[in-house]
Amino acid sequence: MTDSSKNQAANVSYGTKIRGKWNNECYQIEKRLGNGALGTVYLANSRKGHVAVKVGNDTMSISSEVNVLKQLSKVQGSVLGPFFYEMDDWEVNGKRHPFYVMEYIHGEPLFSFIQRRGKEWLGILMLQLLRDLSVLHREGWVFGDLKPDNLLVEGAPPKMRWLDVGGTTVIGRSVKEFTEFFDRGYWGLGSRVAEPSYDLFSTAMIIINAAYPKRFDRPKENSEAYLMNKIDSSSILKPYRTILRKALTGKYQHALDMRNELFTLLQEDNPKSTARVKTTSRVTTRKQSKKTKNHKRTRWVETVLLFALILTIYTLYLVGYGF
Amino acid sequence: MKKGTLRQILLITDGCSNQGEDPVAMAALAREYGMTVNVIGVLEENERTDGLKEIENIALSGGGIHQLVYARQLSHTVQMVTRKAMTQTIQGFIHKELQTILGSDKEIEDLPPEKRGQVVEVVDDLGETMDLEVLILIDTSASMQHKLPTVEDALLDLSISLHSRIGQNEYSLYAFPGRKKQVERLMDWTPQMKDIHKIFPKLSSGGVTPTGPALKEAIDAYQKKRSKRGMLEDDGFIEESGS
Repeated sequence: MTDSSKNQAANVSYGTKIRGKWNNECYQIEKRLGNGALGTVYLANSRKGHVAVKVGNDTMSISSEVNVLKQLSKVQGSVLGPFFYEMDDWEVNGKRHPFYVMEYIHGEPLFSFIQRRGKEWLGILMLQLLRDLSVLHREGWVFGDLKPDNLLVEGAPPKMRWLDVGGTTVIGRSVKEFTEFFDRGYWGLGSRVAEPSYDLFSTAMIIINAAYPKRFDRPKENSEAYLMNKIDSSSILKPYRTILRKALTGKYQHALDMRNELFTLLQEDNPKSTARVKTTSRVTTRKQSKKTKNHKRTRWVETVLLFALILTIYTLYLVGYGF
Repeated sequence: MKKGTLRQILLITDGCSNQGEDPVAMAALAREYGMTVNVIGVLEENERTDGLKEIENIALSGGGIHQLVYARQLSHTVQMVTRKAMTQTIQGFIHKELQTILGSDKEIEDLPPEKRGQVVEVVDDLGETMDLEVLILIDTSASMQHKLPTVEDALLDLSISLHSRIGQNEYSLYAFPGRKKQVERLMDWTPQMKDIHKIFPKLSSGGVTPTGPALKEAIDAYQKKRSKRGMLEDDGFIEESGS
């Protein structure tokens, strides 16, 4: 897409004061945070402290995003999108730019975080994502345009946050905003009807993207075999094989199903516990395997400590002997 | 309640017309009939097209949207342009309704931000549930030949998006120039686009680009479809939006 016409509001310079026409609040621009499909997001200073301000051109699409943000802000007990403050119009040089103000999420892009902190974070953050998705789905929404670019890791303890909720769609309707690599329609593996499995496909593609940072194009035919081949040729992805396949082919109806299986997978160290997991019910399994895992870890820690102690004594002995 | 049908002509081309009626005039005519003409210009990498102005003008006078893209971005663009054009048409209608309520000089922007949300919901709702008819005109002149596989992909992609909607869809496909005449029908009205791969390899291209006659044929096709359906059905409000 050529963006020249779309992003006329893209260059609000440092220090510019944006004053709302309706609510008369003032926001002083500090820097540009990013370009979305429908506008540009800036970091700004206000009476509330640092906030993110999205300045757009099209009132209807900005209002549409505001609708979603308002809905998400209403969800109790879970933080889904960025917190919404207000919407207003900014008039400058005779032109009217709709804008809205939301919470500034001071986080790190998903993949850069994983790269810095270690790949074990991938699974953990995906657990978080799937739990949040299950809440969103329960509220009757599908994220739609789920991709690493829309995810940030914030704070300590690290928490996955959603940045751009513009693609969020009511379940049963059609997803309008998507990114090809993460869109099951593009891969010929399903429709664009907003249903939980649409997001779960994208989640699987995020995991695949973690192993293939440059992404790749679809093949002429048989996408499923092609994707499975990509999974099998990556050491990062291989452990997730079964889960990824099920997500890619729409076998999970609920985010929690996928989450539980991912959780079990992350806990498992040997094949024996898998066999046991299958016979018991899900909730108890989770607790049990957690316990076994803890036991295992304690035992392992003990061994290491003991070994370290012996090594230290031995070293002391050697050193002592040297003297 | 019958919500009416949106009628679009989607023109996919890569350059200037050089035969027959002025396509800009034909697009204006189509608009009079209540159709929207959208134009997608398919470019080569690093190509500067001379057809740019014409593409823009056809869409402008046809009340639609135009977009220039490189072939590899076509899929995403075709579905997006179709969507955007639907929204635009619906917005046009809502806009009129608002003016009758709020006064002739009022626009959506004159509503306080809190009230706009409701208008947006109505537009979203109609875009999701209204029936849609898309007549696709494909330029098959020589320079388009190697882009046709991409066009095919893009149309399949369009059908995935549209079929995910709640409303009904119908498609019809025409190529210009045709083998024997200026414009050739490849596919009559059908709710399914899945068979187009059977049609596409058969396309043979000529040297001329009769864009105007193709648009004229599209208008005729819509007229025939309407008369076939007879006067029994009320086709709703969108027809008015061009007048």
